[in-house]
Amino acid sequence: MTRSTIDLWVGVFVAIGLGALLFLALKVGNLASFSTAETYRVEARFSNIGGLKVRAPVKSAGVVVGRVAEIGFDNEAYEAVAVLTLDARFKFPRDTSAKILTSGLLGEQYIGLEAGADERMLADGERLRLTQSAVVLENLIGQFFTSKAAEGGDAKGAK
Amino acid sequence: MRATLTHLGAMVTAGVWRLGYAARFFGYLLVHSGTAFRRFGLTVREIYFAGVLSLIIILVSGLFVGMVLGLQGYDTLQRYGSSEALGVLVALSLVRELGPVVAGLLFASRAGSAITAEIGLMKATEQLSAMEMMAVDPVARVVAPRFWGGVISMPLLAALFSAMGIFGGYLVGVVLIGVDEGAFWSQMQDAVDVREDILNGVIKSVVFGFAVSLIAVFEGFDATPTAEGVSRATTRTVVTSSLAILALDFVLTALMFTGGN
Repeated sequence: MTRSTIDLWVGVFVAIGLGALLFLALKVGNLASFSTAETYRVEARFSNIGGLKVRAPVKSAGVVVGRVAEIGFDNEAYEAVAVLTLDARFKFPRDTSAKILTSGLLGEQYIGLEAGADERMLADGERLRLTQSAVVLENLIGQFFTSKAAEGGDAKGAK
Repeated sequence: MRATLTHLGAMVTAGVWRLGYAARFFGYLLVHSGTAFRRFGLTVREIYFAGVLSLIIILVSGLFVGMVLGLQGYDTLQRYGSSEALGVLVALSLVRELGPVVAGLLFASRAGSAITAEIGLMKATEQLSAMEMMAVDPVARVVAPRFWGGVISMPLLAALFSAMGIFGGYLVGVVLIGVDEGAFWSQMQDAVDVREDILNGVIKSVVFGFAVSLIAVFEGFDATPTAEGVSRATTRTVVTSSLAILALDFVLTALMFTGGN
């Protein structure tokens, strides 16, 4: 084994070792998502996005048609702004509605699209007008208790 | 009774003396490490023996550990309907714990034992004494390059192990079982913090690199210069470094991941 062969192998070793670190930092750590398919972007505003994450799937009729690209906050309307990238193969009418849904009881959250009836299709950069926020369990339980309390109050008043 | 106590005392004294000797050896090694960096070719050679030749075992083990994590993790997670969290489970367990620890254990048995055997045999065949005769410091010429070669190789091997394991988890989880690919990566990226998880994992692997390399060169240098002595020293290297890795891992984890998490 000559000196230069050893140097070469050590060079390769150090390079792939550093490559693995870079992979961990970029791909596992965060950011840097490379997508090759052609897409178009639409915006959707929600009053509450719950636990929606960037890169969560966007599904229509249960099929993944895109991903959540960015999540931001509009400081004027106090709304969450989600930018969705949809696969260019799938076209949706302009009055399509977006809902934030949960897969399973404890599963991850995703956006469900329900196609409307408009004849014009959504174009790049447009906005989905009809949205429905995530269901927040605490609010739901709160509502349940207030309605139960109201019922109880009525029943006592009737006696 | 008296004999037992004397025996116990002798054992403790010998243990403490050995520990002190190892610490002094470490100090001497650090002071005389200049040659290892001035003539970096010597260290590069040792990186080749400790690092490059360990690649196969590290990569294959990483892949299989990742694949097993993928299968086992999926089996448990799908009961709670959250199989998309598989990426988080695989990545966090590898980056934080399994990567540095298992790579460290493999490194100790693959490279550490080889270093001990080599130095021990050099001592047994009086090559080290011959060097001293020629006014060449064996610590600077033989021990230090092996030590630093191990210290440099270990973090790279641990990173490769983790990366390979995550790839194995991806293979089983996404390609084989069919977990959603976007959720797999996105939840992983959301949960894994570059500083909190990845950097801490790298720090662990650096510490393990120091521990294993030091134990390996010390056991070799301190070996009884006979065939039996070298074989004992090699065994001690593997046992001591494995225990040191596990104990250090507990201490480091307790320091890194308590409070806030």
